[in-house]
Amino acid sequence: VTLTHTSAGSATRRRRGAARQSRAGMAFVAAYVILLIAFGVLPTAYAVYFAFTDAGGTFTGISNFVTTAHDFRFMGAVSHIAVYLVFWLASLVVFVVALALLLHRLASGTVSKALRFLYYIPGALAGAASVLVWLFMLDPTVSPVSSLLSVLGFHTFGEVIAPGNLPLLFTIIAFWTGSGGWIVVMYGALNNIPKDVMEAARIDGANAWQTAWRVQIPMLRKWIIYMVILAFAGGAQLFVEPQLLSLASVGVAGRDYSLNQLTYDFAFQLNNINGAAAVSVELLVVSVSAAAVFVARSGFFDAE
Amino acid sequence: MTVNKPASSSKRVISKKRAALLAGCAATVLLTVSACGGGSGAGTTTKDGFAQAAQKDGALTVWVDATRLDAAKLYQKLHPEVKMDIVSYDGDANGSNYLQTKVQLFNRTHKGWPDVVFSSQNNEATWAVDAGFAAPLNKGLIPSATLANFASGANDVCTVGGTVYCLRNDLSQAVLWYNAPLLKKWGYTVPTTWEEYQQLGEKVAKEHPGYLVGDAGDTFTPEIYLWASKCGANHITGPKSVSVNTTSANCTKMANLLDTLIKDKSMSISGVFSTDFGKNKKDKVLLMPGPAWYGSALFQGTFKTPAKQIAAAPIPQWKGDPSPSTGNVGGGTWLLSQHSTHIKAATDFLKWVTTDNAYQGSKAPGFPAYAPAADVWLKAQGAAGYFNGDLSALKTASSQVWPEWGSGQFSQEAIWAATVKPGLTQGKSIVSMLPAWQDAITKYAESDGYKVSK
Repeated sequence: VTLTHTSAGSATRRRRGAARQSRAGMAFVAAYVILLIAFGVLPTAYAVYFAFTDAGGTFTGISNFVTTAHDFRFMGAVSHIAVYLVFWLASLVVFVVALALLLHRLASGTVSKALRFLYYIPGALAGAASVLVWLFMLDPTVSPVSSLLSVLGFHTFGEVIAPGNLPLLFTIIAFWTGSGGWIVVMYGALNNIPKDVMEAARIDGANAWQTAWRVQIPMLRKWIIYMVILAFAGGAQLFVEPQLLSLASVGVAGRDYSLNQLTYDFAFQLNNINGAAAVSVELLVVSVSAAAVFVARSGFFDAE
Repeated sequence: MTVNKPASSSKRVISKKRAALLAGCAATVLLTVSACGGGSGAGTTTKDGFAQAAQKDGALTVWVDATRLDAAKLYQKLHPEVKMDIVSYDGDANGSNYLQTKVQLFNRTHKGWPDVVFSSQNNEATWAVDAGFAAPLNKGLIPSATLANFASGANDVCTVGGTVYCLRNDLSQAVLWYNAPLLKKWGYTVPTTWEEYQQLGEKVAKEHPGYLVGDAGDTFTPEIYLWASKCGANHITGPKSVSVNTTSANCTKMANLLDTLIKDKSMSISGVFSTDFGKNKKDKVLLMPGPAWYGSALFQGTFKTPAKQIAAAPIPQWKGDPSPSTGNVGGGTWLLSQHSTHIKAATDFLKWVTTDNAYQGSKAPGFPAYAPAADVWLKAQGAAGYFNGDLSALKTASSQVWPEWGSGQFSQEAIWAATVKPGLTQGKSIVSMLPAWQDAITKYAESDGYKVSK
């Protein structure tokens, strides 16, 4: 009796402990869920409501989508964003993974630490501030690297920001600001690859290149996909870079460049909040669909 | 203020959440404000031609650009009893639409409007009236005697259906600025026709390479040259209608002149406010067609050209043209908010800043739109001794601005910047881009709801 009693008692205690733990878990999750609803779900719902109604709140079907798609800037903005996303995602995947692998290879602790810090610094600057840094870098008359620019054939700011150069410029700026954090994340992921796997590869005679290509990159796959999903959503919302460039160049380059800028124009210059909401809903649908494709194709949520 | 304006999204992971957070905050604020903002309808009157909010004590909020900051500060100094909140913003320069963006937001939150605003643009009335922001000024607020003293046509850009909704700060009629000692030293004379101007430009290119007879790289280039040449690119024919024809002879002959001089390199394409011009070309200016405010804002302020060099002459005309014409670059406007709760103080400030000699007559950098102040201003400029000779060319030009170029809601400067400027940098001729320019004006005008004819 005593024995059962004790075990029952400890079971209760255990259950109580588990209950307390799950309550704590709930509290943590609840805080997030409340914020998610207040600042994520509700505004999205609000935008969807706006997208299908007119200024008076009457249901208008898809007319906001049709009007905005017929705007003469719409297709231009779509193609700008498409080209930019190709540049940006390709550079992100190739260079972030390559740099993370290099970093991981470096035996020396100090060099590796220093490099990790160095990569991360630009990410610590606020988005707008880092764009301003680049506006200086790209103006040959004030740039610290003006000799490099002049070797490349650029002598005035106008030449640097020619329309054909914009996707590349925005990619460079975005990479410089955004990639550092991802390099550190990938580095962490590389450290999580079990030592025995790496050792087995080495014993089997794999060289650095083979280890990277056949062992490390496949094991990083989920992280790379995670990065691509978030970078796609972020890149589709391109705004700060072209907007600041347009201010800096007094409108020569970057005005009405991206879809997000177009929504800003609709909302505030044409006083068409509903049209703006329609375009932002389109962006949401595209980003969510892209994420869904990546998740489905990669088995992102499959257990190891 | 300019920098934090558009920061709603960026590339990083965190910023996506931050953007959502911001949007959420905005939504919450919006809901709260509209929920609490219902009670302000009490105590309103409709004198002076609009529904006025209940008047209150409190600070007078004035928005100005960096240049007009001096005006607001001077007013504060002379009227220490007025509580003022002076906010500096970009003045809507280059069609940034900052003011419009903010007013649309304030209209949603039902508060936050400034009492008096300066804008460097002439087209604010095209939206500020529909947005219910600009107060009518000739229905009681500003006496008609005061309004009558403005230079003729000065407040046309502020007038919608016979009602005046803003006051013009300065006229920006274009004249021909030139370096008088240098011109004399080289034995040239001031050109009076565009034909002479072109010949001189070609001569300068050969005899003194590197020196300039003008600049065609600014966003307001069409407003200096093509407007003066009577090119019908921007004829506002009604509140929502515009006639656009950029390929007429008046347009092409001026475009050809510019192309010739650009090829000769005696016409710069950098833009006078570019870092490139400031570093490499500011001491190479022989002639420079440009607006009235070039005198003090550009030569004296930005270029720091020594005194007694810069002089003003009438802008050249096409040979045989019986009616002289010139262009105009901006010339700001002052608006008073319908929502102001300090209308008395706001009106006093507005009257002072546009007409009083303490500012317009002596301190203003541009040619005052208020005629009595303009006379005082001209005398003051002569007495100050910066310019070589008097500025009477400005007074003559003030009545010669070609009236068939208007101020629509779309920004001609922004359109030129995005359409023609990149091609110019790549070496295309202006003449070859005139049709594309027309196409762009048409598209922008139509997207703003204008009916476009040719």
